[in-house]
Amino acid sequence: MIDNFKTIWPSVPYILEGLQVTLQLMLFAGLFSLIWGTVLAVLKVSSIKLLKWIAVVYTFYFRGTPLILNVMLFYFSVPQLTGYKIDALEAGFIVLGLNSAAYLSETIRGGILAVDKGQREAAMSLGVPTSRMMIDIIFPQAIKNILPALVNESILLLKDTAIVSVIGGAEIMFRGGVVTGEHYLFFEPLMIVAGLYLVMVFLLTLLGTYLEGRVRRSD
Amino acid sequence: MIKVEKLHKSFGKLHVLKDITTEIKKGEVVAIIGPSGSGKSTLLRCMNLLEVPTEGKVFINGQDITLPKTDILQVRQNIGMVFQHFHLFPHKTVLDNLTYAPLKVKKLSKDVAKQKAMELLKRVGLADKADVFPSRLSGGQKQRVAIARSLAMEPNIMLFDEPTSALDPEMVKEVLDVMKGLADTGMTMAIVTHEMGFAREVADRILFLEDGRLIEDAPPTEFFSTPKSPRAAQFLEKVL
Repeated sequence: MIDNFKTIWPSVPYILEGLQVTLQLMLFAGLFSLIWGTVLAVLKVSSIKLLKWIAVVYTFYFRGTPLILNVMLFYFSVPQLTGYKIDALEAGFIVLGLNSAAYLSETIRGGILAVDKGQREAAMSLGVPTSRMMIDIIFPQAIKNILPALVNESILLLKDTAIVSVIGGAEIMFRGGVVTGEHYLFFEPLMIVAGLYLVMVFLLTLLGTYLEGRVRRSD
Repeated sequence: MIKVEKLHKSFGKLHVLKDITTEIKKGEVVAIIGPSGSGKSTLLRCMNLLEVPTEGKVFINGQDITLPKTDILQVRQNIGMVFQHFHLFPHKTVLDNLTYAPLKVKKLSKDVAKQKAMELLKRVGLADKADVFPSRLSGGQKQRVAIARSLAMEPNIMLFDEPTSALDPEMVKEVLDVMKGLADTGMTMAIVTHEMGFAREVADRILFLEDGRLIEDAPPTEFFSTPKSPRAAQFLEKVL
C-alpha cells in the first residue's frame, strides 16, 4: 500500500489543484444560495399569495429531485435550448446554489418565525419600516438561532460540489477519478480526496464555532 | 389627542371590542382597567394600529389613522409604546436600543442620538448600563430601558401595555416611579394596568372595560369610591 501511495505521489499536485475549483464552487454557490435562500424565505413569510406560492413550488421541485439530475439537466439542456455552451463550473455553481437555496430558505424561514413577534411589534411601534426591521432586527436574531444549521448546510454544499464531477468539472473528486484511471489504483487516490474533504469540513466547523461564539456575545 | 369612535375589533368569530367611543386629551393620563380578556390591550393596540380595527375610527391629533392613505409609520413615531415583556432588541446594547430608531428612522446624527440617549438613561437611572446587553438587566431595568427607548423618539403620546405585569414585586415601584415622573412632565398617557394604587394616584381618568365594552369612564376618586356599574363594583371588591 505504501508503494501504491508512492506510485500516485506525482499525481497529488494535480488533485490539489482541484481544491481551488472545489472551494470556488462552494464559495460562489454558497453566497448565491445565502442571498437567494433569504429572498425565498422572505417570500414564504410574505403576505402576497402568488410570491409565496412560487417559493413553495420552487422548494418542492429542488427538494423533490436529485441534485445530480439537475446538474446534468442544466448542463446539457442549456446548450440544447439556448445554443449557449455553458461551462461545467458555471452550470455547477448555478445548480448547486439553486439547490442549496431551496433547503436554506426553509431553515431561514424557521429562523424568522422563531424570532419573538414582540420584536416586530417593538420595531413597528417605533415607526421602523418593514424592510429596515427585517435587516436590522429580525435577520440578526434569526441568523443567531440558525447558525448551527447554516454550518450544516455549508458542509453539505461543500460535499455536493463533488457532483459537478459528473459533467466534467475539474474539482478534486473529478481529479481523484482521473488518477484512479491513470494508475488503475482506487484506494489511494480516493483516500487522498476523502482526506481533503475532511480537512475542509474541519475548517468549516472551526469557523462555525468561532462565529457562534461571536453572535452569542449578547447572551 | 387620541379619539376613538365606535371602535369594533374581532378576531375571527371572537368579538373583542364592542362599540368603544372615548377620547384622551392632551396631557391626560388615562388608566384602562378591567378583568383579563376584557379587551384592554386590544384597545390600546388599536391606538397605534398594531391591531387594525374591524370597524370604527381612531384619530391621533385629528388624523384618522384607520384610513389606508395614512402614513402609519409617521404616526407611530409620535406614539411610544411600552410592552409587558419589554421587547428590547437582545442583540443590541442598551445604548444601541435607544439610538436605533432615532438614527434609522429620524435620521439623527450619531452624536445627537447618543447624547439624547444618555440623557434619557440618566433620567431612568440607568446611565451606567449603557454598554451592556439587555440579557444582563433585571426585569425592572429592562422595562425602564424600554420606556427610555420609546422616549428617544420624542413621542407626544405614550401607550403602556401592562408595563409591570411581568415584573417581580420589588421591581414594580422603580418602573411606576419612572412613569409617574413622565406623567408629571405632561405626557399624554394611556396605561393598561392592574396596579390599582397607581391608577388611583396618577391617572386623571379610569376607563373600565368588561367583555369588550367600555362600561365606565370616570375620574379615579369617583370610580374607586362609588363605581356606577355593579360589574365594576364587583371587580374592585376583588382587586382592592
